[in-house]
Parts: sequence; C-alpha cells; structure tokens
Amino acid sequence: MDFTVSEEQSMLADSVAKFIDNDYDFESRQKAAASDLGYSAELWSTFADLGWTAVPFDEDDGGLGGGPIEMMLMMEQFGRGLLVEPFLANIVLAGGVLRRLATDEQKTQWLAGIISGETQAALAFAEPQARFDINNIVTTATADGGNWVINGSKTLVLNGGSAELFIVPARTAGEQSDEDGITLFAVAAKSAGIEVKAYKTVDGQQAAEVSFNNVAVDGTAVLGEVGNGYATLQDVIDEATLAVCAEAVGIIRTLQDKTVEYVKNRVQFGVPIGSFQALQHRLVETLMECEQSKSLLLWSAMVNNSGGADAKKSIHALKYQIGTAGVNVAKEAVQMHGGMGVTWELDVAHFFKRLTTIDLLFGNADYHLDKYVELSA
Amino acid sequence: MNVDFSKEELDFQQEVRTFFKDKYPQDLKKKSDSGISLLREDFIRWQKIMYEQGYAAVNWPVEHGGTGWTPVQKYIFSNEIARANAPDMVPFGVKMVAPVIYTFGTPEQCERFLPDIIQSNAWWCQGYSEPGSGSDLASLKTRADRDGDHYIVNGTKTWTTLAQMADWIFCLVRTSSDVARRQEGISFLLIDMSTPGVSVKPIITIEGDHEVNEVHFEDVRVPVANLVGEEGKGWTYGKVLLQHERANIAGVSRSKYRLSKLREKTSQEIHGASPLLDDQNFARNLAAAEIELKALEYTELRTLAAIKVGKAPGPESSILKIRGSEVQQRIDELYVAAAGYYALPYVPQQYDLEFPINEHIGYGAETRSSLVYFNNRKASIYGGSNEIQKNIISKHVLGL
Repeated sequence: MDFTVSEEQSMLADSVAKFIDNDYDFESRQKAAASDLGYSAELWSTFADLGWTAVPFDEDDGGLGGGPIEMMLMMEQFGRGLLVEPFLANIVLAGGVLRRLATDEQKTQWLAGIISGETQAALAFAEPQARFDINNIVTTATADGGNWVINGSKTLVLNGGSAELFIVPARTAGEQSDEDGITLFAVAAKSAGIEVKAYKTVDGQQAAEVSFNNVAVDGTAVLGEVGNGYATLQDVIDEATLAVCAEAVGIIRTLQDKTVEYVKNRVQFGVPIGSFQALQHRLVETLMECEQSKSLLLWSAMVNNSGGADAKKSIHALKYQIGTAGVNVAKEAVQMHGGMGVTWELDVAHFFKRLTTIDLLFGNADYHLDKYVELSA
Repeated sequence: MNVDFSKEELDFQQEVRTFFKDKYPQDLKKKSDSGISLLREDFIRWQKIMYEQGYAAVNWPVEHGGTGWTPVQKYIFSNEIARANAPDMVPFGVKMVAPVIYTFGTPEQCERFLPDIIQSNAWWCQGYSEPGSGSDLASLKTRADRDGDHYIVNGTKTWTTLAQMADWIFCLVRTSSDVARRQEGISFLLIDMSTPGVSVKPIITIEGDHEVNEVHFEDVRVPVANLVGEEGKGWTYGKVLLQHERANIAGVSRSKYRLSKLREKTSQEIHGASPLLDDQNFARNLAAAEIELKALEYTELRTLAAIKVGKAPGPESSILKIRGSEVQQRIDELYVAAAGYYALPYVPQQYDLEFPINEHIGYGAETRSSLVYFNNRKASIYGGSNEIQKNIISKHVLGL
C-alpha cells in the first residue's frame, strides 16, 4: 500500500498547478468563457505543446502512457482553475474511445490531431429520452451495402459546437435500451445531414444539440466491432465520471479554503463572522466532507489504476459522494459568503455552478447509488 | 377544529379564481409559464388591472384602499394568485413602504405617496443593506446631514432589487452618530431616484440576470418633508415593515403551485421516456418535499389562526422564513433533478421562444431550472439570513 506518486506524476501535477496559479486567473477564465469559441484556442495549443493532451494515450500513438492517477492529478488542478478548455470532451471522452478502439488508420485520421491540439472532437453520449442511461439509444445506423446511414438526435454534446469529429453511438441492432447492438461511429462534423445547435452551458462551458438526418458514412467510420460498442462506451463514461469527480474535489477544496478565508475577514457586529461557533462547526463539517471526498477519490483512482475488482463500484461511490457531500460544501460556501456568494462577480458563484453541473453529468447521486447497490448484489 | 372553508369563503375563492382566469393577460401568462422575466411595463400593466379590481393593496387599511379581508380570505387570495402563476404586486411600494407611511407618516405624506403606490404610478425600491452592513444592518453608514430644509445624503446601498426600474427609494439612513445605541441614530427617508446625485449600478447575480443593484448617493438633497415619522426612530419603523412581510414570507402558495406542477409534469411521458415519477428515488424525494411543505402550510395557518383571534404570532412565524426558504430551495433542486441535462443549457432572462434547444426541453418554464436554482440560493440569505433568524428564535423564543 503506497500513497506516494512517482516523480513524473509529481512533476505533471506541479506543472498543472503552477499553470493554474500563475497563468489562469479568474478574469481571463471569464473572458475565455464569454468568447464565441467558449475557450482560449491559444491555451489549447499550449496544452498540446506541454504534452498535456497526450497524457492518457499509448506511447506508440504519441502519448505519454498515463492512467487514472495522472488524470486525477490533472483534473483536480483543472477544477481549482475552473477550466473551460475542452479537455474532458477531447481527451477523456472522444480520446478515450479512440484510444481503445481506433485502428492505426483511424488513429492517423483522428487521434493524431486531437493529441496535437489541431482537431476538436466530441462524444455524443446522451439522447433526449435517455436521461442518464447511455444504453438508451434510438439513434439508428442502418446498413447500406458497406456503408451506414445514421438518423437521430443527441443532446448535451460537450464541445459539440467546436467539434470537427463526432463519436456517435448508434443502434445497429436490438431494442431501445439493449446493451447489445450499439455501434460507435467516427463521423466528420461537416458530413451532409448533420445539424449542430450550439449553446453555452450554465457552468461557463459549451455544448450542442446535434441531429443526424440520413448521414452517410462508410465502413471506415466504424470504431471497433459492429454491435459491440457498449462496453467501451461504458468504460469511457466511467473514466470520464472519475475525471469530473477529481475536478470536483479540486473545486470543493478551493471553495472550502476561500470560505474559511472569507469568514476570517468579514466583520459584522464588530467581529469576524468566523468567530461564531455556529459557522465554525459547519466549516469543520465541510472540511471533513472535503477530506472524505479526497480519500474516496484516491481509492477510486488507485483501484482503477490497478484494475481491482472494485474499480467500477468505486466510481459510483465517489460520484455519490460528490453529489451529496460535495454539493453540501458548495452550498455552504455560497451561504457563508452572504449576498456576495450569489453575485456573478465572485468566483465562488461560478465554482458552485460547475459543481452543480458535475453532479448532473453522467448521472446524479441517486443514480450512482442505485448503480452501487446493483453492483453490491 | 376543522380545515374546511365556509360557504362564504368558497364563494370568495371562486370569485378570485375567476378574476385570475379572466383577467391575467394571456401574453403575460405565456411569459410566466415559459420562465421569461416580465418587463417593467408588464408588471405595471398587470398591477393596474389588479388595482381596478381592488386587489392591489390586500393588507392596507380600508380607508386607504385596502380590501378589509379576513386572514382566511387573504390566504385564499395568495393560493389563487399562485395557482394562476400570476405575479404578486412588486412588494417594495405596496407591502413595505406604504405600511410605514400610513402608520407613521403625516396625512400629507399619505396623500402624496399612497395613491401613486396603489395605482402603480410610482415604482419603489428598498435602500437598506450596505456593502459593510448586511446581517448587521444597524451598522449602516449612509449619512443624512441636516442642511436647512434638506438632508444631504451620502453613501451606498446595495442589493437594491429592481432599482433600475424604480422612481423612488425608501432608505434607512444615519442622521446621528451621537447615540447610546446605534439603532437610535437611524431615520426613515423617502428619496426620489431622479434627484441629482443618485446613481444606479447594476449587480449581476450568479445566474447572469440583472435583478439587484448598488445605489450611490453623492450629496443628494432630500427635502425634510420626505422624512417619515421622527428623526432617529427609523429602526423601529423598519421593524414594523418586517412584521408586514411575514404574511407571505414562507412562499407557501408559490411552493404548492410549483410542486403540483412538477408532479403533473413528471407523471407524463416525455420524448417517449417513461414518466420520471416511475423512478423510485424521484418519487420519494418529491413526496418528502410535499410532506415538508404541508407541514409548513399548517404552520402558516396556525399563525393566521392566532392573528384571527387577536393573538400576536408566536414562534410559528419565526419558523416560516427559515423553513420557507429551505422548502423553496428543495423544490428548486427537484426541478433541476427532473430536468436532468435539460437544466444545463444557458437560457437568457429574455429569450425568444424559438431558442434553439427549446423543442427538446420537455419542461416548459423550467428550461431555466438551474438558473432559478442558482438565483434562489439567495432565499436563505436575504430578508434576514437563516443564521440571523435562528439567532432570533434562539434568543426570543428559547431564551438561550
């Protein structure tokens, strides 16, 4: 049992932390979020130069061979900075599918560009009727000789407005919620029949509704085996869930520290409000919630790194924790900042909004507790 | 003991229900049902319709245009307006400053201000909080220095709701620092927003809307005739104002409407998905919120019953603000949970019903559910934060 990180992991964590501390101030973040693109193209390029976009990919493909530990370390820092650059969408989601399933040709066509920062991508993992169930797919891909015709709608496609590549789970066989019969396709965004309605999301990021109207692709668009895409899709969503939980741990720790600092300085009734025992005890509660969340994160990252039996279950546990304890930390931070906590100007408000969004992403606390219960049976 | 309405009360309920059905403008109803904020002119149009009906100033004394309703009738009215999803009167004029004017002001001030308030000819806002005086309101620093027939006002008020729409502001200002207790140096002053030296700076709230403001006063000359009551007694008058707020502070009627609407919507299929109420977790959470709200409703009714027989409200009313805000926030969370991913697109305050993602969102007005949730984190902070309310109960009810 070893809780230390390797020297390379430590260097990676430090470099991301330093970037957040020195080069990613809140004002710049807000400006990037408000821009048409929704993030800084320049910074995305910098991430590629730094090798951050290469971290989880195989060395043979130009990656750095990183795993869950590296992802945890990076995402925690991205949470501290409220990053709006589309790391999750490109590297974890779309990249996660390509990493597992892409042939050499497909890697050359798509993955190289993602790693170099030149290609924007998106995984269309959600449908309007599906709520959080990724196997609930009515988008169809109908065989047409060696080609396929895709019809359907996807919702909340993260980075959908910028993507040149859509990874599209479509049903090639089976009933609406069957796990079998799901095929993953790599579809160029400029294909005829694709309509993208992009929008900003409430947490300062961006997504899109994407519809497919008789979109024709050839056999080279199929990722992995026809009808067998579900297991990979689930693995990638699980990995992304772990990633946003790490981001959330970074967020709540930041909120905790800011709130403690605020109550030490805000004077009412002639004293710092931090001198009131009522607030002190609540801040101890939130401290414990931060530490417990971090602990579960470490467990989950480690057990997913080693491929232990509890790997999936740990992700559900962690997501449940974030959606309960994590949400509580965020609420307390806003409450204790008084009226300031509900203003656009204060970063605390934006941390709260991103944490709320993370709670919903890939299933809320109730959803994941159900999954945990299922896996415990 | 019984909870039934009498025949007269049922008739009254029908009369009020019919009014809202017939007279709440359809174009405004479309906005409220879609979560689009009403504009200044919308509020004024609707408020004038309510004035014509005699409903604009429910709680005022009859001689000033009030309804003379019993507490039960007022309860029925607040249920019906919520049921119609019509907005209440903007409270600052009719519910907050007017009671202070008719209780402590001169007949001349009543004549001067009350008609414009009840007819919605003048829009009022509230100048209480300051950047350095939130929970500790008595520490306020905005000064009003006497200069002949005027006060010269200097300072900054904050969190001023809809000041950008206002014609007048009522302010707690410091007229004296040479007092034993800070509260004794505070006066209640009415200020015309168009007076030179008054400026309004928007404060954008967490969800991105413009609802509150900072109001700056720089050498603003205010006639002494705008002082309500006695100099130095403003704090007392302000407390009277708070008592008048208590009637609806719990927001029970609105919460009832929102929960029943949510139950109705989640019992339906959306986009071919089975009703969300089939999800045990959601069903249980909704049920728990309904139970909490029912308890709150009866706590409020107990308060009304006490007032009806002439008793002063007991501890029940102190609980209303705390639990009321908590229930509201719980309902906000249920709406977000119900919306799922549909809570995530950012939808502006004024939006075109042709907004690109509308066709996919099955919950109508609640397309802004997460934005409403974010904004309403304020409910446990404003009006005397829940921490302050607990201090009050602890001290004055528990004697601790």
